[in-house]
Amino acid sequence: MAEFNRPETPQDFIRNFAPKKPLMNSSEAYYESARCLYCYDAPCMDACPTHIDIPLFIKQINTGNIKGAAATIYDSNWLGNACGKVCPTEQLCEGSCVYTHQDMKPLQIGRLQNFATEAVMQAGSPLFSPGKDNGRKVAIVGAGPAGIACACELRVLGYSVEIFEAKALPTGLTVYGTAPYKITNEEALRENEYLQNQLGYTIHYNHPIQNAAQFAELEQGFDAVFLGLGLGATARLGIPGEDMPGVVGAVEFVEELRMKQSAYSIPDTVVVIGGGNTAVDAASESARMGASSVHLVYRRTKADMGAYDFEYATALGAGVKGVFEASPVRIEGEGRATGVTFARPDGTEFHLPADLVIKGTGQAKQGELLKHLPNISTDSKGRIVVDEAFQTTRPGYFAAGDAVNGGAEVVNAAYEGKCAAQGMHQWIQTNKA
Amino acid sequence: MSNIDLSINFAGIKAPNPFWLASAPPTNTGYQIMKAFEAGWGGAVWKTLGIPVQNVSSRYGSINYRDTRMAGLSNIELITDRPLADNLREIEEVKKHFPNHAVIASLMVESKKEWFQIVKDVENAGADGIELNFGCPHGMCERGMGSAVGQEPEVLNTIVQWVMEASSIPVITKLTPNISDITDPALAAVRGGTSALSLINTIKSIVGIDLDTYAPYPVVDGKGTNGGYCGPAVKPIALHMLKELAGHPEIRNTPISGIGGIETWRDVVEFILLGATSVQVCTAVMHYGFGIVREMEAGLRQFMSDKGYSTIYDFAGKAVPNVVEWKHLNLHYKVVASINADKCIGCQLCHIACDDGAHQAIALPINGSRVPEIIDENCVGCNLCSLVCPVEDCITMERRDDGSKTETWAERTVLGKIPEHFNDPRGGGVGHFVPEPSAALQYKRKDRSGRK
Repeated sequence: MAEFNRPETPQDFIRNFAPKKPLMNSSEAYYESARCLYCYDAPCMDACPTHIDIPLFIKQINTGNIKGAAATIYDSNWLGNACGKVCPTEQLCEGSCVYTHQDMKPLQIGRLQNFATEAVMQAGSPLFSPGKDNGRKVAIVGAGPAGIACACELRVLGYSVEIFEAKALPTGLTVYGTAPYKITNEEALRENEYLQNQLGYTIHYNHPIQNAAQFAELEQGFDAVFLGLGLGATARLGIPGEDMPGVVGAVEFVEELRMKQSAYSIPDTVVVIGGGNTAVDAASESARMGASSVHLVYRRTKADMGAYDFEYATALGAGVKGVFEASPVRIEGEGRATGVTFARPDGTEFHLPADLVIKGTGQAKQGELLKHLPNISTDSKGRIVVDEAFQTTRPGYFAAGDAVNGGAEVVNAAYEGKCAAQGMHQWIQTNKA
Repeated sequence: MSNIDLSINFAGIKAPNPFWLASAPPTNTGYQIMKAFEAGWGGAVWKTLGIPVQNVSSRYGSINYRDTRMAGLSNIELITDRPLADNLREIEEVKKHFPNHAVIASLMVESKKEWFQIVKDVENAGADGIELNFGCPHGMCERGMGSAVGQEPEVLNTIVQWVMEASSIPVITKLTPNISDITDPALAAVRGGTSALSLINTIKSIVGIDLDTYAPYPVVDGKGTNGGYCGPAVKPIALHMLKELAGHPEIRNTPISGIGGIETWRDVVEFILLGATSVQVCTAVMHYGFGIVREMEAGLRQFMSDKGYSTIYDFAGKAVPNVVEWKHLNLHYKVVASINADKCIGCQLCHIACDDGAHQAIALPINGSRVPEIIDENCVGCNLCSLVCPVEDCITMERRDDGSKTETWAERTVLGKIPEHFNDPRGGGVGHFVPEPSAALQYKRKDRSGRK
């Protein structure tokens, strides 16, 4: 018996994916914010990749300056609302809260961040305005977190910005690849809309940049180009049966699920291969969609898992069963996957039936795309090499986010995208004067 | 604990315990007072009687400190707005049900004739005592009553004499803290023959300003007036004034009822240690209801049991001799802060409090830990770090002198050992390390946004 019933209506879907960090009401925000000690040189700020002045914004919430709190957050992080929801705060700001050293509950920083940013978004209160037009134009490839952060920062600096996005929606993996109990589609899209309304950057949707001619066009029309390419499709396992129907990549699975929601029908028996956060998310979500049996199978030990402990615990709570030290040998089935054969370290094999096999084995890099851009170096892992200013080895091209860091959190992309904007600003001032 | 007797005889007013309700909204009716007695209160001072007033709507404003509601409360309510006859009838009824509890009538009228009349009225109703309201700093004082009397020792003295002449039951004179020297009105009351004193009444206050209407709280149709401030925030002021009276040779034999921010058993014990032999409570009841007395009584009993006291008189006033003038403090006493690294959570509030707000005696660690380090030779033993530390018993003050030497400023003065000119090397700070002013320039204000 599954922990969750299959969602048949949008309401069912919302119930099965009840928010992990629900919005605080003003009383809860008041009492929670009062707990902040206002540490000196606060560890939470260091733990935040964007270095939000967390004690300040929490104090601002406590003193009723909610708009000021939101401004403090957005000053450091253009995706302040999304990050409040999707950040692994247990590992970052909240994990470093000094209260934890005496086994006391850390401040709920993520939820407080949501509280402040939701308030300004719901009120539509603008916090920023575009800088004075400096006559310069920047093209951004990819409307993911890195691209949006870069666009916002450039707009404040007075650049005109056009974003070219291959898909139909902005915010990249925030809308396409995050567990729905962290952030809903509407929430993800609303933040971009809020920012776009204030700062006025253009996004061309369904507009992939995928060949040399298009890049040449961008170089003609813009003073610099930012690559916020993200990662590609799920990497191949390289085992027999992988291309059969009934086998899907975890990223592709989450995207389909998020777009279809209650209309998505999960097969009854699911096997997820992998031990990273995306694999664990996919397993969790399968269980929440009402699959009666979900196995998460990882080739190494539980301790070796890349996924955060709390994410794995969430999956277990949804009814997922973990299997460790088992490598996939082949996917069984005739014309359609029916199961996976795994091998133990000692060579013995076992079989798990599956109507759906989800490969949570990481995303491939954007190597094909980069072939159209000579002189952009990548490292041994396929990551775009950038300097301190986030400039690639091809002058005038900057890059940030997953394509550079190999795949990290929204907050990392937001920070890097913003830094890259500053890098572009410096470069354009020096080279295009 | 069975041998503990909480009963008191306060200037002739007997009560089963020292916990009394102060004259205020919780004592507006017989219903409230009987409910309070059922809950465990030993006495009640009736909401001040006089010619019934007209009150306004919107009467209280408060100070909320972080998540603490009503750390301080300000009110602009006046004395009773109920007819005297109703109040007298209810006093009678309360006394019928609770003959052994103390019912004290707070009074505020103007003329001698009125004083004589109302004193007789409450006596006839069965009140155990009278309290003279010379304290209210709002509204009534504009009409020459309340704190207007408490601030004029001669007028106060005259009225006390009238009441003593008229009254056959004990009279408590309630003092206003809105005065430079509390002993002036207290002496006037004692010399007028008062049976007892009570203090403090509320402190003249503006508790806050509404940022939309620009009117003070509580806002009455776009305007406000000064209120009377009470609640936990005023306790230190009350304790000090209590000590001024309890330590005064001419006043200390007059029983004192302590009032001002009392909410817990600790507050009660502190007031008794400084000489109060009954306590009066208002704000805590307005916040939590009459049931708050259970914690006070249990705590007081526990304290007395732990210390081996049978009655409150066994320890009343025991702290009074320890409150001395500054010049009699031992200059050789030396404490230094000590941080328990196992308990430290690394908030570093002690560091920044000391560096910015005190004596630059707590260094940040350089070993990657977040546990600050006390610079012993810089520590003046001020306690600030131990006060800001959020962890129980993490920063303690350790004694460093061996206790063998005692020398006070007064003694040094006699011996001619005190600094006498502006650069006198006998000044205490001479030789104490202070950083060069320019060392401050390394601390740049953080750039929050990364934008210029």
